[in-house]
Amino acid sequence: MNALFSLVSALIAVAALVAVSWFGVGAIGLDSVFGVIIPYIALAIFIIGVVYRIVDWARVPVPFRIPTTCGQGKSLPWIKADNLDCPYNTWGVIGRMFLEVFLFRSLFRNSKAELREGPKAAYASAKWLWLFGILFHYSFLIIVLRHLRFFMEPIPSFVEAITSVDGFFQIMVPTVFISDLLFLGAVTLLFLRRVGLPQVRYISLPADYFALFLILGIGISGVLMRNFFKVDLLGVKSLAISLFTLHPAPPPGIHPIFYVHLFLVSVLIAYFPFSKLMHAGGVFLSPTRNLANVNRSERYVNPWNYPVKVHTYEEYENDYREKMKECGIPVDKE
Amino acid sequence: MYNAGKIIIGIVIFLALITAPFWYNFGKASTPPKLEIGTQEKQCVESKAFMQSSHMVLLDQWRDEVLRVGKRIYVNSAGKQYNMSLQNTCTKCHSSKTKFCDRCHTYLNVAPNCWDCHIAPKEQEKQAGRSDK
Ligand code: HEC
Ligand code: HEC
Ligand code: HEC
Ligand code: HEM
Repeated sequence: MNALFSLVSALIAVAALVAVSWFGVGAIGLDSVFGVIIPYIALAIFIIGVVYRIVDWARVPVPFRIPTTCGQGKSLPWIKADNLDCPYNTWGVIGRMFLEVFLFRSLFRNSKAELREGPKAAYASAKWLWLFGILFHYSFLIIVLRHLRFFMEPIPSFVEAITSVDGFFQIMVPTVFISDLLFLGAVTLLFLRRVGLPQVRYISLPADYFALFLILGIGISGVLMRNFFKVDLLGVKSLAISLFTLHPAPPPGIHPIFYVHLFLVSVLIAYFPFSKLMHAGGVFLSPTRNLANVNRSERYVNPWNYPVKVHTYEEYENDYREKMKECGIPVDKE
Repeated sequence: MYNAGKIIIGIVIFLALITAPFWYNFGKASTPPKLEIGTQEKQCVESKAFMQSSHMVLLDQWRDEVLRVGKRIYVNSAGKQYNMSLQNTCTKCHSSKTKFCDRCHTYLNVAPNCWDCHIAPKEQEKQAGRSDK
């Protein structure tokens, strides 16, 4: 697919979502549609969709043990084995998964190949993707945890602690959060990487840009709401709490920018189970990561093996013993 | 389904995390805190909607005008004049910080540091941030 087409179509899709919610609430006054009905439906799609995808994956048999390894496997006792890069027991698998999920270790190994003059192939480490990725995911996590102040009453103390650390520099009123800057910066860099590197641009599809723009739209609308168009947060929290106590009551008069934010979030979570964003669940179900490399010490039984009907030599001899004796063929049992 | 035990544990953890706010708020009344305006006046510095969402912007603007420009009189959209001061104007009307500013701020986890230096109005009974029940 044409790179420009991918980018522009995704941009138009996100702009249309923004326009729908902005005018839907601002001009037509569909507060309860965008504030209650759509968020509930989106949450239901998200939960059912994620569970469905996980169960669907779990139904697929893994015929071989296929861990990808990059360390010394366990062999002779005097050769030092690397349990994290080539796990030989469950603790190794858990350790490796932990590092993968929390530190994105396999992205850290990302490398780039170049054809130099000669022609010579040159390989070098390429850590940008890891850096932008980890900044993005952790700032996203912190922002979501900070948002619990709208979703929980009384507010748990860890949320207050995170918020005060995040607003440490106390720049401007209301305070600018460090995680907001990192979040917008990291998404922008991930986007620039995608359009800047020719190889990556070439393989980018509308779905790749759509997720990026959607998340960027959520971040921008959030920061606009905090630092530019102020919204009535008392109203926002009473809406959120009313949704979570199942007595939905959207208060009147919340600025449409809030509904844009909420609608983009609703679209994101409803889209999540059916998109590449599902890698969040997929990483746990990757046979290349979650299996120990013990092919030689433990037998792995292919789950789709059916019981093979065998006919042993003993049975064969039982069948033909008399005839064999007649022809003078030696038999094991007389 | 293969590895059913592990898959089910994973799904249960996922469901517990996602639905945590529902359980956390379960059975609680969803009322926002009751605010005591603390004055007989009918009108705030600006309209109520503006004050609800943007009072911190106004205060920030006041502070800059006073400290950087030296201008101390604010004229609101209706033409009424106010002395641009946190502790001499806002708290003249909103005579209880704990039952007004703090209740709302505690509900939303906002902790302005203004009162480290500025003097809050004296109150008869010291009350915790959210004790309107
Ligand atoms: C209706 C609820 C409400 C009331 C009442 C209220 N505030 Fe606020 N205040 C807020 C909210 C919400 C914020 C945070 C806005 C944001 O994060 O976008 C805030 C933020 C602030 C800030 C900026 C804090 C920061 O560092 O971000 C100051 C200063 C402030 N309020 C002062 C006051 C004072 C003084 C009073 C009492 C006269 C008061 N507020 C009453 C809701 C309220
Ligand atoms: C002249 C008295 C007066 C002064 C001065 C005043 N207020 Fe108010 N304020 C009021 C009144 C009266 C209301 C209720 C308005 C209404 O219900 O329409 C109010 C409402 C508010 C609200 C909204 C509360 C709600 O119910 O959601 C906030 C926030 C607020 N004031 C903050 C401030 C701040 C900050 C200052 C200083 C910049 C200030 N006020 C100065 C009288 C005053
Ligand atoms: C480090 C101490 C300190 C902190 C924290 C602080 N101020 Fe001030 N503020 C001052 C001083 C000193 C003045 C000067 C007083 C004067 O000249 O009248 C002042 C003046 C002001 C004024 C104008 C004069 C007056 O009488 O109020 C406003 C408005 C103001 N501050 C608002 C705020 C707000 C809002 C916050 C919280 C976001 C805040 N200040 C936090 C020290 C502080
Ligand atoms: C995927 C989930 C979400 C992401 C990534 C996200 C992102 C952001 C960001 C980056 C901000 C800027 C200010 C800040 O960091 O506090 C913000 C603000 C905000 N968000 Fe979200 N958001 C999400 C979900 C929600 C939901 C579900 C609500 C519904 C209640 C919501 C309501 C708000 C409000 C009211 C603000 C303004 C906060 C303020 O003015 O202080 N957000 N959001």
